[in-house]
Amino acid sequence: MSFHVLLKLICFQWLIVLILGSSVISAAEIRVLNWQGYGTDEAWALEMFKERTGIEVVHDYFNSEQEMLTKLRTNPGVYDVVLINSAYTRQAAEEGLIEAIETTGMANVSDLSSSMRNDPKLVDDGKIYGVAWVWGVTSFAVDTGDFQQTPYSIEALWDPKNAGRVGWRDDAVEAVQLAAVALGQDINNPSDLKAIRQKLRELKPQIRTFWSSEDEWNQFFSANEFDLATYWSGSASRSKNTFGLPVEFVLPQEGAIGWLDGLSIPTNAPNRNEAKAFINFMIDPDFYVKWDTEVGAPTSANAKAVSMLPADAFNRTAFSDSQKVAKVQFMGPMEDALREEILELWQETKAYFQN
Amino acid sequence: MNQRAAVLSLISPAYLWLTLTILLPLSAMLYYSFLSDVPIGSREVSWTLENYGTFFEKAFYSELMLRSFKLGAEVTTFCLLLGFPCALALAKSIGGRTKEALFLLIILPFWSNALVRIFSWTMVLRGNGILEYYINWLLPGTGPLGLMFTYPAILLGLVHSYLPYMILTCYISIDAIDNQLLEAARSLGAGKLTIFFRLIVPLALPGIVAGSVLIFIPVIGSFMEPRLLGGRNGTFIGTIIEDQFTAVFNWPLGAALSFIMMGLVLLVLLGFSPLVRRFK
Repeated sequence: MSFHVLLKLICFQWLIVLILGSSVISAAEIRVLNWQGYGTDEAWALEMFKERTGIEVVHDYFNSEQEMLTKLRTNPGVYDVVLINSAYTRQAAEEGLIEAIETTGMANVSDLSSSMRNDPKLVDDGKIYGVAWVWGVTSFAVDTGDFQQTPYSIEALWDPKNAGRVGWRDDAVEAVQLAAVALGQDINNPSDLKAIRQKLRELKPQIRTFWSSEDEWNQFFSANEFDLATYWSGSASRSKNTFGLPVEFVLPQEGAIGWLDGLSIPTNAPNRNEAKAFINFMIDPDFYVKWDTEVGAPTSANAKAVSMLPADAFNRTAFSDSQKVAKVQFMGPMEDALREEILELWQETKAYFQN
Repeated sequence: MNQRAAVLSLISPAYLWLTLTILLPLSAMLYYSFLSDVPIGSREVSWTLENYGTFFEKAFYSELMLRSFKLGAEVTTFCLLLGFPCALALAKSIGGRTKEALFLLIILPFWSNALVRIFSWTMVLRGNGILEYYINWLLPGTGPLGLMFTYPAILLGLVHSYLPYMILTCYISIDAIDNQLLEAARSLGAGKLTIFFRLIVPLALPGIVAGSVLIFIPVIGSFMEPRLLGGRNGTFIGTIIEDQFTAVFNWPLGAALSFIMMGLVLLVLLGFSPLVRRFK
């Protein structure tokens, strides 16, 4: 046997050893399902998490709660962590899509404000189906270049002066709930759907385009496609901090839609313990303070983390007007029949919007 | 007998393939369209005709269906008006390297992803976009065009996407027309218009029909182009069906709407078939 052949053989053997070895080392990898650009996929955070635990994180995204539920239903045993708006946590648990989380060993859970940790939307019969992560409000944001004076009322979206300048999220539940806020109705159980239908139809001359993701919102906003648009409080601070856009979030006098997002573990998650470590890291003040100050975030459910923010931070000051905050209505679970009615109402309204 | 076995063994892979890729998924969807709910998890499902009933109960579904058919007809017409002269020139007037280069230019858009193509249109059409910038540079003071998020924007994007189908199918049938036929017509004193309408168009009809069918059907169901270019005006039956599958999770209704659309398309094609037969 010549020397060259021997050398090739040895190289080949090493190659096999390397391939097999690397697959053993990188075994710890978890799959997270979330909105894109919503905290869990920050590159620096994943690096920080890998340094602490050695766990790799990969992502998959959704653009609506229904899409998230669809992905859980059609891909059982694929995801390890999923972000669920607490209004849907009960439904997901009842369908058997997520499992109860044993929080022993998750050090940061005890720092969560107790009202959110024990929120009945997340906890059922003492079993925790979602760990409270962040909360915020949905109303609208304006371009400070176009609005010298920030509007104080949600009626700005309906103001004829703003015709053709409004961006609106293409989501049935959010659309109906915003109209309910404007009309002073209960967002989880609207008393007069006819009035809401009429109110939404009045948006026809107002709306320039629909948006579906934060990324799209930022693109439309910077291309000046809209000057005011429905938005989420955490995303607004991200658009301002990270993208330097002249965005001002409005907490209207009529109130707003409040939401609490929790992190859950899907049934039969392949890496349950790694998932718990990741959720614990997501509510860690180290992560949250950096996320909010450098990127922009909604308000953490971890009271300790919020108190560590700078005194002038949006998430410490925005909700200081207790009169306005008292008017925020939190999203709750919704009956299937009502949801279907709302979905059809919105499809019909969109058909009416066509020229 | 032996020949029949040979034919069977030769065509059976094609039929097997069609069964696997088209018939099975379609029949699964047909099955869904008669269910009361998606049979995943612990849901109770039963047989129902309600999904088909919904279409007839609510007026807006048929309004959107009509809107989609109108869009399909308009896109097909524009593609024909632009594509047929193009194909005629390619087949009968241009030759050699120029022809090859032009063919490459026609097929080139097919090499890029459809989403990318439509996305680049949004950059051209939007306010302060490329088109507005150049028109204002050429003719100062024209102001904003306001094309983005309108029906014409959707039309533009779809015609651009589907034009190559019309050019290629028309080219093939025009190319097959014997030049001696055209010369004979000319020598008998036929004018250019007569030759075009009495000779070229009827002989190229199979190509026109094939191109129109290839364009009309996908345009009716299109959802990505209206969503990106149409903004508030981008709701069609295709986007409503897409909503049922991705946003609403009502697969039965989405499937039922798809089958109603398919049935209507078949009716339209049947309505046109006597016309095709007459020219044959």
